[in-house]
Amino acid sequence: MSSLQSVRDRRSAARAQADGSVKPSGLKRFGPMYAAVSPFYILFAVFGIFPVGFSIFLSFQSWDGIGKMKSVGWENYKYLLTDPQFWQSIVNTLEIWVMATVPMLFLALVVAYALHTAVRFKSFYRMAYFVPNVTSMVAMAIVFGSIFSGNFGILNDLLKSIGAGQVQWLTDPWGIKVAIAALSTWRWVGYNAIIYLAGLQAISQDVYEAAKMDGANARQTFFRITIPLMRPIILFTVITSTIGGLQLFTESQVLVGDSGGTGQSGETIVVYLWQHAFVQNQFGYGGAIGWALFILIVLFSIINWRFLRERNDDLGRKGRRLRRNSRAS
Amino acid sequence: MRAERIRTVLGHVVLMIGVLISIFPFYWMIVIASNTSGDMFKYPPKLLPGGDLLVNMHHVLQNIDFWGSFGFTIATAAVATVLVLFFDSLAAFAFAKYDFPGKKVLFTILLATFMIPAQLSLVPSFVTLSWFGWVGSMKALVIPGAANAFGIFWMRQYASGAVPDELIQASKVDGAGFFRQYWTVGLPVLRPGLAFLGIFTFIGVWNDYLWPLIVLTDPGKVTLQVALQQLNTVVGATDYSMVMAGALMSVIPLVGIFLIGARQFIADIAAGAMKF
Repeated sequence: MSSLQSVRDRRSAARAQADGSVKPSGLKRFGPMYAAVSPFYILFAVFGIFPVGFSIFLSFQSWDGIGKMKSVGWENYKYLLTDPQFWQSIVNTLEIWVMATVPMLFLALVVAYALHTAVRFKSFYRMAYFVPNVTSMVAMAIVFGSIFSGNFGILNDLLKSIGAGQVQWLTDPWGIKVAIAALSTWRWVGYNAIIYLAGLQAISQDVYEAAKMDGANARQTFFRITIPLMRPIILFTVITSTIGGLQLFTESQVLVGDSGGTGQSGETIVVYLWQHAFVQNQFGYGGAIGWALFILIVLFSIINWRFLRERNDDLGRKGRRLRRNSRAS
Repeated sequence: MRAERIRTVLGHVVLMIGVLISIFPFYWMIVIASNTSGDMFKYPPKLLPGGDLLVNMHHVLQNIDFWGSFGFTIATAAVATVLVLFFDSLAAFAFAKYDFPGKKVLFTILLATFMIPAQLSLVPSFVTLSWFGWVGSMKALVIPGAANAFGIFWMRQYASGAVPDELIQASKVDGAGFFRQYWTVGLPVLRPGLAFLGIFTFIGVWNDYLWPLIVLTDPGKVTLQVALQQLNTVVGATDYSMVMAGALMSVIPLVGIFLIGARQFIADIAAGAMKF
């Protein structure tokens, strides 16, 4: 790669000299490229690096954003680690994440598989499944609020019509989680299905032919060929939905308000951050919560990458071999 | 052959059920928005759209400055999109097609910034913006994200395949400098990629909620999402049909934009994931 690059460099340099132009050096030559990429780094320095550094300082202060800052040492972190509601918000986030992600990815796989085998109406289906993903979260959270409403929700009407009991979805601790998870599942099934579909379409038909000739049945084909070959794609969706799940905010805040509803059972980590930093104006404490969230996301990213590497060594190798074979044939 | 046929039909049945679930909340939004709030409490419920949509929409206009927020949101999304398209494609063009010292390190830094969650710097960013005096203004929404890592990464992938080296060479021979090469050779070829990034950015800014909620401290000048939530919390408890009419009004333009570019947009989303 790099040797190729240098050959190309030399060639273009030779061509430049053949043109008779003098090769400008240093800043004059590369200046425009640096100028072209610089906006990102400047913005990142001002709105990325500086705030991150500042938040370290801030997390040791007590400050309401208007008055004087007061240095409080480790008090914010001490309070954070001993606040049961903080731990509860982590548990809530993880529970909602599992309740949303497991059915979401499973349904997405089913939809993708059905889409893959369908011949007609493909682009209609794709559009219909994708549209929830691009509509405003606030508007749809309001709609879900009415669907799940205890007094007049269509869901309870449905339960009533089949003679089942009513559930006060939005005031029951588990009901709140179900509603938030349902909203997030509804929104992301189509997106993940479209990605899975692309993965399915990338698998060569020859691999399936070969499996058929070897006498594999549909089940074996699915678990031994489709799933291993889809591994990188599945991982992509797991990673993106983990990051998204840890940052869940709008769904909960619009459905049950600034503090997570009954028993604060809908309070996610970011809602907790919002509540303390911006509703109660505890900026110093908000800085400390930001760091806790950061550590959590890093932790999950490491777990994800571990998982990725393991799969690459183990099942990924099988997948690559299959792919290579399919390409060779 | 028969088994095949049954499987096809079964596939369509599964897909149609999914479509109904996907679409139902939109339908339900229309049903509630076009009936009166009193109708909602009846049992059995009204399942069809009624004739009160215009009345409910009128109430929305009386309760919030809908057109004000609407205009502000469109302007914000448009400005943000133009800035992102320009800065991202310019940087991506340089990364994809030119060599310069430190390029690898710079690109690695860019990728590393993906790992930093926006929420980490929520509070300090807000404080920084208030020092700049940007809190409450559009600047706070469009400038921090004007050149972003995702867009540059995505456009670089696109540019390295789409822009032919020969064209750049030819333009160089003609004596064009870097920026002219970007403008005359890069931009025209990158147009399909820009279309995707443009729709993606516009939708993202339109739908963004947490950040506008924090930085738009003046309740009279907010984006549509924040206005909708104000409507929901302040007067929502008494007139649900009106809130739903507001939700409908905020969703329509976006769904329209999506439907226009949907086919290519969906293909691009899938292609992006495949590069992972």
